[in-house]
Amino acid sequence: MLLKKRLFSKTLLLLVAVLFSAPVAYSASEQFKGKIYNPGALKPVDSRTTLKIGSKAPDFSLPSVSGGKVSLGQYLGKKNIVISFVPAAWTPVCSDQWPGYNIAKSFFDNNNAILIGITVDNIPTLFAWTREMGELWFPVLSDFWPHGAVAERYGILRSDGVSERALFVIDKKGIIRYIDVHDINKRPNLETLVKELENLNK
Amino acid sequence: MNKRIIVILKLFIFIFIFICLTFYAHTIQAGGLTPLKNEISPDITLPIPDNAVEKNYLGLEGKDSFAVSRIKADLVILEIFSMYCPYCQREAPIVNELYRIINQRKDLKDKIKIIGVGAGNNRFEVDVFRNQYNIQFPLFSDESFFVHKALGEVRTPYFIVIKMNADGSNRIIYSKVGSIHDANEFLDAILKESGLKQDG
Repeated sequence: MLLKKRLFSKTLLLLVAVLFSAPVAYSASEQFKGKIYNPGALKPVDSRTTLKIGSKAPDFSLPSVSGGKVSLGQYLGKKNIVISFVPAAWTPVCSDQWPGYNIAKSFFDNNNAILIGITVDNIPTLFAWTREMGELWFPVLSDFWPHGAVAERYGILRSDGVSERALFVIDKKGIIRYIDVHDINKRPNLETLVKELENLNK
Repeated sequence: MNKRIIVILKLFIFIFIFICLTFYAHTIQAGGLTPLKNEISPDITLPIPDNAVEKNYLGLEGKDSFAVSRIKADLVILEIFSMYCPYCQREAPIVNELYRIINQRKDLKDKIKIIGVGAGNNRFEVDVFRNQYNIQFPLFSDESFFVHKALGEVRTPYFIVIKMNADGSNRIIYSKVGSIHDANEFLDAILKESGLKQDG
């Protein structure tokens, strides 16, 4: 009887928790109306990177949506680099993170930094998706084939084949100075990233 | 027999609690419904700006917070935007143009006021948007989606125009998601709808 009571109260407690757990809040842009696939709330982080602050950033060369290939190496010695991995095109949080960065160029310029966006989607998908965002000032690269190889090297490939929502700040020498493997369901705080960029020059 | 009745009773209570909770949780999560034209505006409370120019523009005094219905104007145009929304970014020059036209018209500048509310945006993000588009009218942060929820979690951009009546009551004369398209045409439409007197 006691066991039954406990079971009853536990079930009730679980119900309350499920009902009141707030949905992932985001304001949807009219721009993407009806085009965004909502995967629901996902496991916040589903990988474990071995990279640490002070590690050398793994080099890569990936095809860019605007044509040609972009490598990490081409910026070394010239620019600080921010890599923004986002999980997938046409999903809720990703579809507004980069448009936000698109009007924050001055923070990157002021700190002599370049932004590189990477997803595991293929070029045609990225082309259609980024066109909805307007003219992006930073390169968007496809880590589609070998699938997620760069995300894997950075230790942020999730078990379902998409990358984490992760930010890596890399200095001109190619050393990682900041890592944020963010909760995939939430947008990283822009102000935090800007402060990390400013820290590079201190 | 008694036991069976108790079990059935428990089951009913359980189902009843579940239904109540579902309704209650849904209400607090979804917030209000999007207000419609001709309805009364929901109470929208915002912090009084620190900036003296903005405070003066809205005709406000004091510190803390104010209800939108307290803005000294006959018509209040409120835009829900997000700095992360590409559509809102494209809309910014059109709304700036609307502000410019209204401010140039002596018969309208004190009667129509524009404010923007950044859904889910903190003050830093609102500042980024303001600086990027050189926005002159007051913008407010709605980091916890409080206003956004009160307006039915609308897509962005969303515009609501509230007509303030002399007796302190108000009426919504415009409530739509999406672009206003053309500043002049939009202004003409809301002037016509509001019946606001114009000189000349």
